[in-house]
Amino acid sequence: MAFKMKTLILTGTAALIAAVSGIAYAAGGGGTGDYKMEHKHWHFQGAFGTYDKAAAQRGYQVYREVCASCHALKHLAFRHLGDKGAPFYNEDFPNPNDNPLVKNFAADWTVQDIDVETGDVIDRSGIPADKFPAIYPNNAAARASNGGGLPPDLSVMVSARNGGADYLYNLLIAYDTPPPADLQLTPGVYYNPVMDGGKIAMKNPLSDDLVEYADGTPATLEQMAADVTEFLAWSSDPKLEQRKSVGFMTMLYLLILAVLLWFSYKRVWRNVEH
Amino acid sequence: MSGHPSTYEPKYAATKWMDQRLPIVRMGADFMTFPSPRNLNYWYTFGGILTLCLVSQIITGIILAMHYVPHTELAFESVQRIRRDVPFGWLLQPMHAVGASMFFFAVYVHMFRGLYYGSYKAPREVLWIIGCLIYLVMMATGFLGYTLPWGQMSFWGATVITGFFGAVPVVGESLQQWLLGGYAVDNATLNRFFALHYLLPFVIAGLVGVHVWALHHVGQNNPIGITPKTKQDTLSFHPYYTVKDGFAVVVFLLIFAFFLFYQPDALGHADNYIEADALKTPPHIVPEWYFLPFYAILRAVPDKLAGILLMLGAIAVLFVLPWLDTSKVRSMRFRPVAKWFFWIFLFFCFILGWCGAETPDNIAIPFGTNADGTARGLDFTWLSRIATIYYFAYFVLILPILGLVETPKDRPESITKAILGDSHGAAAPAE
Amino acid sequence: MSETHVTDAHDDIIDDDKRDFIFIATGAAAAAGAGLLAWPLVAQMGKAADTLAAGSIEIDLSKIAEGQQLKMLWRGAPVFVRHRTAKEITLAEETDLSKIPDPQADNERLVAKPDGTVDPRYLVMVGVCTHFGCIPVGEAGDYKGWYCPCHASHYDTSGRIRKGPAPRNMAIPDYTYISDTVIKVG
Repeated sequence: MAFKMKTLILTGTAALIAAVSGIAYAAGGGGTGDYKMEHKHWHFQGAFGTYDKAAAQRGYQVYREVCASCHALKHLAFRHLGDKGAPFYNEDFPNPNDNPLVKNFAADWTVQDIDVETGDVIDRSGIPADKFPAIYPNNAAARASNGGGLPPDLSVMVSARNGGADYLYNLLIAYDTPPPADLQLTPGVYYNPVMDGGKIAMKNPLSDDLVEYADGTPATLEQMAADVTEFLAWSSDPKLEQRKSVGFMTMLYLLILAVLLWFSYKRVWRNVEH
Repeated sequence: MSGHPSTYEPKYAATKWMDQRLPIVRMGADFMTFPSPRNLNYWYTFGGILTLCLVSQIITGIILAMHYVPHTELAFESVQRIRRDVPFGWLLQPMHAVGASMFFFAVYVHMFRGLYYGSYKAPREVLWIIGCLIYLVMMATGFLGYTLPWGQMSFWGATVITGFFGAVPVVGESLQQWLLGGYAVDNATLNRFFALHYLLPFVIAGLVGVHVWALHHVGQNNPIGITPKTKQDTLSFHPYYTVKDGFAVVVFLLIFAFFLFYQPDALGHADNYIEADALKTPPHIVPEWYFLPFYAILRAVPDKLAGILLMLGAIAVLFVLPWLDTSKVRSMRFRPVAKWFFWIFLFFCFILGWCGAETPDNIAIPFGTNADGTARGLDFTWLSRIATIYYFAYFVLILPILGLVETPKDRPESITKAILGDSHGAAAPAE
Repeated sequence: MSETHVTDAHDDIIDDDKRDFIFIATGAAAAAGAGLLAWPLVAQMGKAADTLAAGSIEIDLSKIAEGQQLKMLWRGAPVFVRHRTAKEITLAEETDLSKIPDPQADNERLVAKPDGTVDPRYLVMVGVCTHFGCIPVGEAGDYKGWYCPCHASHYDTSGRIRKGPAPRNMAIPDYTYISDTVIKVG
């Protein structure tokens, strides 16, 4: 019997509905009040998207010089910066532990270790195998230093918010939005329309020319926001590039296999009424 | 058809030897030659798809268990390690997470197929009940598995679900604390949830074995619901249905691959990327999409215990469906009135899912605006109530009554006659 | 389909080759896919990136005083880095290789510095007895090297087995000088 088109259409539509509603659900979140979210086109979006390495490199600089005073990146190790698909990947150094840039970045951080002879806790320079260190010894210390607020870890921040990269970017650029007249702000709390509820315990972290980019790019607020978002997007999903390229090969293979199976099916059933 | 006599003849000395001691090759051969109705459509491929899903979840699950650490301090970190450092962990962990959603998608298609074609009716009542048991164990497994990454939704979802047990009169609090291993969801809970999550899929596998045994004893149903009468009505499972199932599996894998490679987080919740925090409740706690309809039923009534009982009742009613539906006609193709009630039921299931995802006080269907500018209309609580009433009415009122009063369309005499057309003008299958 | 003809034998004969081809092609494609899918399932048990990273350590030799031994954990086992005294070096170099169980010259157990010369002062070896894996004790035993207390294997000042049940000299790990005084092991 002829192949049931209806079945395919129904199944495909159901999948599409799920996909669209899922994506919409995930993308979700506008700002409070009249703030209009700016939807940038990110370099890593789309079926063939990749990370803009130059932007992610600048973003690392922003993280190091601005965000790292309060925010940790605890699920990352320095060597991850040199992995395939990472901002500082160098094909001459496939093992990121050997990558000189990675070694330098690691050495730029101080990590804690135990002195093998005395057993004391000591500080030493980082090596690629080390994880990014905690900024505060514990949550209580973090709160004490930040007026009671706890600066969240940023390793998977882009995945942890509806809207992802757009959310983060807009959060960083929306600080100059005038607050609604009836909003009560206590000291240490600021207005940000992107934040759920409009109130955020973090003061505007960025301002023009806060960092000096090594590649000479003008460090406007929007530029730094976009760059640190690109970096944090990589941090949340470092395997995006591998995933999409394996995905393309897999879909292609499955399509070919589907066609082969379709013709096998037709051949098997050719002389059978059904 | 009550089972079917084995036609296997061992051809080699080795297989003859084995056949005399344990007829396992015979079992396989009989499976391959099983006489299946020749008119099965693609809705019937989901059993095979589900088997693939179970195997995939078990394999990826065992692999993940080699790397995952079921301790509150280390669980979230171990999942990150899998995704970042374990070879191909970036593929295997999402395969397991997306695979769970695909598993439930397939099981819902499989169940709705059963509802439409009357696959739960005699002599398949036990087959249907085993299927309901599989569904129940799947739900438990899915819930347990979702707690393991120890994100905000993991923790608070576990808090809500274990909270249900506290609603049991008299022994509720003790029961809940016994389940938790403490006063609240904590490390003791996580550890035992991991152990049980590892166990239950094998319980599912055992139930699937019994499910297929029951199926082979009574034979498959088919879209017109007429039992095969002659050999002409059936075809050997292999190669006809192996190749059809194979094609359906690959189409299913294409959908799976799309989500896995391009939208792995679309079916999940962003809050589960935030580490569990016992002192901070997320603004909107929602379960995974496949539980949303039951979540809506739970929240439809204001009383905690009543909501729980209603939610459990919604699952329990499936078990007794073979006795609720009084119709002598199996397939909805020949039940012109019942068919429409079925489509409305499907529609309301989607509505319940939508309601489960939304805040109960939000307006679902706006009618206009109030004096102060806020929207006015049917809120999600009321929409859930309407949908819940229809859900139960379908099983408890509509199907029992319709079976007695509906005039079904004329059914063909046999599958072969239905396919070939009949000189007496019996109805050919319209869809 | 509503044709009422039964299987046409003629069709089967004509299409014989085509039928086999499509099934073979499909079977081959499915098998290839299964093989490609199996690879990640097997590979995931291999060393993860963090294990590999911990598999390399750098040691600054200038921090080790003469007569001192540094013991560091490397790939789950101790690495001994000993700054040998002149007497130990002499003993190691003057051994009659024909009389020892696992003949190996002392300088074969050392790695050249970036300038090409070999510095006999620093001996780098995996501090695991080649018998059953216990950790030998330094500055002990009949040959002034190491002594394994588990089954009484004696090693000399070059870490070579001299007496006892151990079959081979203590292993020299894969290491290179990345500067004049710093080595990278692994």
